Amino acid sequence: MTFPVLSIITFTPLVAALILLLMPVNRKNEARVVALASATFALILSLWVYFNYDQSIAGYQFVEKYEWLPALGISLHFGVDGIGAPLVLLTGVVMFTGVLISWGDDNPHVMAGIQDRPREFFAFLFILAWGVLGVFVSLDLFMLIFFYEIAVFPMYLLIVIWGWSVTREYAAMKLTLYLLIGSVVSLVGALAMYFAQYQNTGVLTFNMLTMESARFSPSFQIIWFLPVFLGFAVLGGIWPLHNWSPDGHVAAPTAVSMFHAGVLMKLGAFAALRVGIMLLPEGAKYWQWLIMAFAAIAVVYGAYIAFVQKDFKYMVGFSSVSHMGLVMLGFSTLNADGLLGSGLQMFSHGAMTALFFAVVGMIYDRAHTRQIPELGGMSKAMPFATVGFIIGGLVSMGMPLFSGFIAEFPIFMGVWQVHWFVAVICSISIVITAAYIMRNIRQVFFGDMPEKFEGHITDITILDKVAITTLCIFMIVIGAYPKFMAPMVQTGVEYIMRLLGGS
Amino acid sequence: MDFISTHFLSLILFLPALAAVFMLFLPKEEIKLLRWFALGASLIPFLLSVSIWFQFKSSIPGFQFQERYEWYEALGSTVHLGVDGLSLTMVLLTTLLTPLAILASFNITDKVKAYMMLFLFLETGMLGVFMSLDLLVFFVFWEVGLIPMYFLINQWGSANRNYASMKFLIFTMGGSLGLLLAIQLLGVLFETYDLLALTQRWTSLQPDSTLLGMSVSTVKAIAFWAFTIAFAIKVPIWPFHTWLPDAHTEAPTAGSMILAGVLLKLGAYGFLRLILPLYPVEARYFAGALAFLATAAIIFGALASFAQTDFKRLVAYSSVNHMGFVVLGIAAAGLAHGTPDATIALNGAILQMFNHGLSAAGMFFLVGVLYERTHTRNLEEYGGLFTLVPIYGGILIFTSMASLGLPGLNGFISEFLIVRGSWPILTIYTAVSMLGLFFTGAYILKALKKVLHGPLNEHWSHGEHKLTEINTREMLVMAPLILLMLWIGIYPAWILDVINKAVMMLF
Amino acid sequence: MFTSISFASILPEILILIVGMLVLIIEPFWKEEKRRNVGWLTAGGLFAAMLISFLAGQPGAPTSALGGMIRFDWLGFFFKMLFMFAGAATALLMMDHEQLGKRGEAYLLLLASLIGMNLMAVSSDLIMLFLAIETASIPLYALAGFMLGDDKSTEAGFKYLLFGILTTTIMLYGFSLVFGFSGTTDIYQLAEMFRVGAIAPLAAFGILALILVGIGFKVAFVPFHFWAPDVYEGSPTPVAGFLSTASKAAGYAVLLRLFFIAFPEPSLSASWTTTLAIIAAISMIVGNLLALPQTNIKRLLAYSSIAHTGYTLIGVVALTQLGAASVVFYLAAYILTNLLAFGIAMAFSKATGLENIQDYAGMSRRSPWLGLMMLTAFLSLTGMPPFGGFVAKVVVFAAGIQAGYVWLVVLGVITSVIGAYYYLNALKFVYLYRMPNQDEENHPIPLSRPYAIALVALTLGVILIGTIFAPWFNWSDAGALNLF
Repeated sequence: MTFPVLSIITFTPLVAALILLLMPVNRKNEARVVALASATFALILSLWVYFNYDQSIAGYQFVEKYEWLPALGISLHFGVDGIGAPLVLLTGVVMFTGVLISWGDDNPHVMAGIQDRPREFFAFLFILAWGVLGVFVSLDLFMLIFFYEIAVFPMYLLIVIWGWSVTREYAAMKLTLYLLIGSVVSLVGALAMYFAQYQNTGVLTFNMLTMESARFSPSFQIIWFLPVFLGFAVLGGIWPLHNWSPDGHVAAPTAVSMFHAGVLMKLGAFAALRVGIMLLPEGAKYWQWLIMAFAAIAVVYGAYIAFVQKDFKYMVGFSSVSHMGLVMLGFSTLNADGLLGSGLQMFSHGAMTALFFAVVGMIYDRAHTRQIPELGGMSKAMPFATVGFIIGGLVSMGMPLFSGFIAEFPIFMGVWQVHWFVAVICSISIVITAAYIMRNIRQVFFGDMPEKFEGHITDITILDKVAITTLCIFMIVIGAYPKFMAPMVQTGVEYIMRLLGGS
Repeated sequence: MDFISTHFLSLILFLPALAAVFMLFLPKEEIKLLRWFALGASLIPFLLSVSIWFQFKSSIPGFQFQERYEWYEALGSTVHLGVDGLSLTMVLLTTLLTPLAILASFNITDKVKAYMMLFLFLETGMLGVFMSLDLLVFFVFWEVGLIPMYFLINQWGSANRNYASMKFLIFTMGGSLGLLLAIQLLGVLFETYDLLALTQRWTSLQPDSTLLGMSVSTVKAIAFWAFTIAFAIKVPIWPFHTWLPDAHTEAPTAGSMILAGVLLKLGAYGFLRLILPLYPVEARYFAGALAFLATAAIIFGALASFAQTDFKRLVAYSSVNHMGFVVLGIAAAGLAHGTPDATIALNGAILQMFNHGLSAAGMFFLVGVLYERTHTRNLEEYGGLFTLVPIYGGILIFTSMASLGLPGLNGFISEFLIVRGSWPILTIYTAVSMLGLFFTGAYILKALKKVLHGPLNEHWSHGEHKLTEINTREMLVMAPLILLMLWIGIYPAWILDVINKAVMMLF
Repeated sequence: MFTSISFASILPEILILIVGMLVLIIEPFWKEEKRRNVGWLTAGGLFAAMLISFLAGQPGAPTSALGGMIRFDWLGFFFKMLFMFAGAATALLMMDHEQLGKRGEAYLLLLASLIGMNLMAVSSDLIMLFLAIETASIPLYALAGFMLGDDKSTEAGFKYLLFGILTTTIMLYGFSLVFGFSGTTDIYQLAEMFRVGAIAPLAAFGILALILVGIGFKVAFVPFHFWAPDVYEGSPTPVAGFLSTASKAAGYAVLLRLFFIAFPEPSLSASWTTTLAIIAAISMIVGNLLALPQTNIKRLLAYSSIAHTGYTLIGVVALTQLGAASVVFYLAAYILTNLLAFGIAMAFSKATGLENIQDYAGMSRRSPWLGLMMLTAFLSLTGMPPFGGFVAKVVVFAAGIQAGYVWLVVLGVITSVIGAYYYLNALKFVYLYRMPNQDEENHPIPLSRPYAIALVALTLGVILIGTIFAPWFNWSDAGALNLF
């Protein structure tokens, strides 16, 4: 019996959430300490998993399996491959930084972090993290959906309770309903697969490793691929089902936006890949053109809409749509390069967008506005955040030596192999992205500071700096030294390519 | 010492960046320390590149000092460094101009730390382009240079800097977009980015096979134009030049020096390093168009320059004019690949790149010196300054003459070689371009007249506006440039030898 | 004839009867202010009965007992356990009710009704079944109208009575037709009759329709749902909770046994499964849509329970072992969840006297624990993990898909998203909105001990079913196996 590291990672947030809920109501600082301690613990463990993943063996590692409901073939079956391991790491990182960002600041000018009921906030956040981690490590389809849904509902509460008071009720409900529709549609598809594989193999099981070799008939795959893929892809922000995402981002409190864009959207993409493409490869091939068209539209359209936004957070929100479009674009290529890029882009975008939302949150907490034209000169007051945002911006633009480039380049290479025209069209987004990122950096951080802000804007706290640094390190390391992550993702991609080629 | 001798290029390449990272931990109040540290950090690569200049064996074909490191295995890309005569010349130019530019920016007082760091990053970016023998890494460095330049213009530039920096960014990013796509195309087709392997496989493709559903010739034509446009914007070739006057005018002095001195050469270098070897057929086919654009750049650049009233803008347009000659030489070489005439033209083009680097950097610096004292760049507001600042005047005249192509100075040698080489190949274009030379003379003389001669503008002669003479630091910046201009003008063999052999072997 | 099997087969009922007699005997000895302790007695007694039955009265292989009147099998046993648990929880919740809490007869009626329900779950003879249904229903009529001074309660009781009598009469008519056509009242023999075609299909269909009316009333599916909202709103809240859970589950117990055993013939089942599928679809749509505009929490729960009937019916429609298992599992999860929801509504109205959803504003600040429990209950009703409702929905949907009812499942999926809207909306009041003066600290919601025990037990149960679902499913599955 090896050390059950994956289940420990997965259940750490749950345990932390329970401890938090059992704590007395008014112990705010203790709640924060508990939250930080458990987030750090999870981060360390996820780093351990990441570095101990044996790339020479590849495949699923750290596998654990406990029978859960043998009658229906449900088991707690955990394991990570080259695509899952980076995402587990990403979750650890975002959890850690999210807790730091939400710590709270007693400065009366700055209503940063979470002042109101931090105990509940962290508890719900950790339940969310529990679901997220569960999805990334589950090798059992039922459990994957189980955890997937767990990740959905805390969002509602987190947004509705701690969100931006203007739109939170609308946004939270919209988000939850969209995601719920998506997930239940996927659930129906998953159940169909469950019974179809029973017909084919005579084994009643939700084990995805078995399902991979279930040999679903092509017509079955063609029928069910779209519901399954799109159902999950809703959470990945695929066009035209992306509408919930910017609203949700804007309404959510900072740490939740970070989690939402940084990790949760990956959840949709990951599940769409894991269940949609890997289990229904023939369906994926059949519908490739449609997914690619959706993704291409998302890439360009998202970038353009981001370009015309006046609200800082909406801009970041739509840029997420654009970047997640790239992930989907990589999926839709169904070749090694594209999938490699998508795997990397999921991590890269997660870190980048978490950083964006963190900085936007810091600015909003101090300036109490997010209207880009009303902001200015933040670099004087908060230089560290400025540098962080610029690095994030460079990642977003796909600037070489940052992780964005490392991720986007293979995606485009993959697209070239499918259709040159799509590659050309999508590349337009790079220029648009560069334009809006640079324009906003100039306006928000370097423009003249409006008089009403003079003296009111304080620098960010040391905890914020730690969070920003952590995120930046990952983006730069991957960008300058792709070997940190690319070979690992590649092992995962090779596995997927075998599934795609073998059927 | 063994480590140094086996890692020359990577040391030159990464030292500036490492120094910049190190600077992160220096206190930002210690302005003097920061300045001297940056200068020192940029001098080491210069010394190293001088050292490899002497170790370089020009008679051996191929690339020397090669190094290779794993980078992005998944895509088959490695950090493959190496220099030949062509890139070595450019490396030398870069490592020479960077310390000078840093020395020239000792008058910067605002955010010195960030400024110096950006400059050092910029140097790494530029050097990387010249050294890399891997297409993907080439592109990485190509883009990396962009961002520091953007911030240098945007943060330390003059009044209209926002517009100019944005324009610069969008133009160059838009241009490199095509480059990016074309590089991806090549990578997809050959699963390697190594330039040497790529050149061989790409040129030996069967013309009747199909790639990605298109015929080889179509693919090649598309890729050729994608490369060409990217480099043309960077050079810049008319009509893609409109970002240049704005960027130059608004950039801080040292930024303009590097921009004109090195960044423009990146485009020309791209033509020589990538387009001519990778697309010989297309280059021949489209050489006429290229020559036309080059001629247009020469003529319109000169005319536009003549029409300026802003001193810095005038110098900026002169860059368009001068770089036009480089492109003319390249076009000639593309058309008549391998002939002795083409070789001569190429020699001229490469030398012109080096020379323009020297003279443009010098000119921008001198404009900057004047601007710093007078806070105006309007030619109408100067006049008769020679009497006030004779040493400055002398230096300005000297540098202008080098730029103008006065025999005995460096500009003459290179322009003569280009014209001589192109004449038999592209007679009409060359003839028209020679007209451009007249205009060159005209605008430079106009500038000299407006600034130094004519009636003295009394405003500058006394009181708080009294013009002060060029100081020692500034002379130190100019000294190496003047020395080289003179040296190449009188005895070009030392550099032409290296260039010529490289050209002979390459083409 | 009265063997040990016979004894074991009705052991729970005997035990309940003993508890009832204890109540009758002890109650007069307690003074008025201590009479509330009858609740402890009832609940404790029911728990003891459950425990004893579980240890001593587990069924083995399915057998007939008491002259073929009842069937002694896991299905019935599991249902009995559920009913008794629900009864115990209801007894606890009744304790602090103003009109019910100190009235021994209320507890007695509850116990009587429980005996009826238990017998409903095991009856294998139509006569026995009818008696059981009446035994279960009549005490409930009384309980629904228990609050004499309250117009709404009286109305509820009367409405429930009229509706109940009407529908049971129709069902009885169906039963007598069955006997007329076949000459037997034994459900297991009936199956044989239908198989050999002793009854003309048209007549059989008519009979089925008549019987469905009676069951439809019990489980409150459309179009026999009209009584539910009014009765739930008017009757004492604990009774409403009991009506919407145990009573409904008893209806399903009958539905399962009667239809799965007696009418599974393809020639017959095609018609009734189609009918039920349509009914399920309409119930899901109507229940969820009508729940949307509700402002009273009890009415909201009433309409939502109509919707849940629809979901449960999917498992019945599937007519497979998985389908039957999913129904049982769904009911188990649903009983716990809905009792919890009603319990919270009760605790809240006990403290504040209010029943509208708007009045729940600031509740999570007034009592964080109650807020969390409400979260548990409502998310479980929505069908979110890690609560019972999620797994229950998944198995029901799985059964539907396995049987080829993809359209029904898709409809269920869509309507459950509509459901999410109003459940989450209610949670918004609990967690987001504040009291008018934002002084929640001064308005705590006290929980008396019986409430606390009942609610915590129910909450843990909901979470337990939702996480460690294997034992519950295995029991449901074992029960389902008895139907085939």
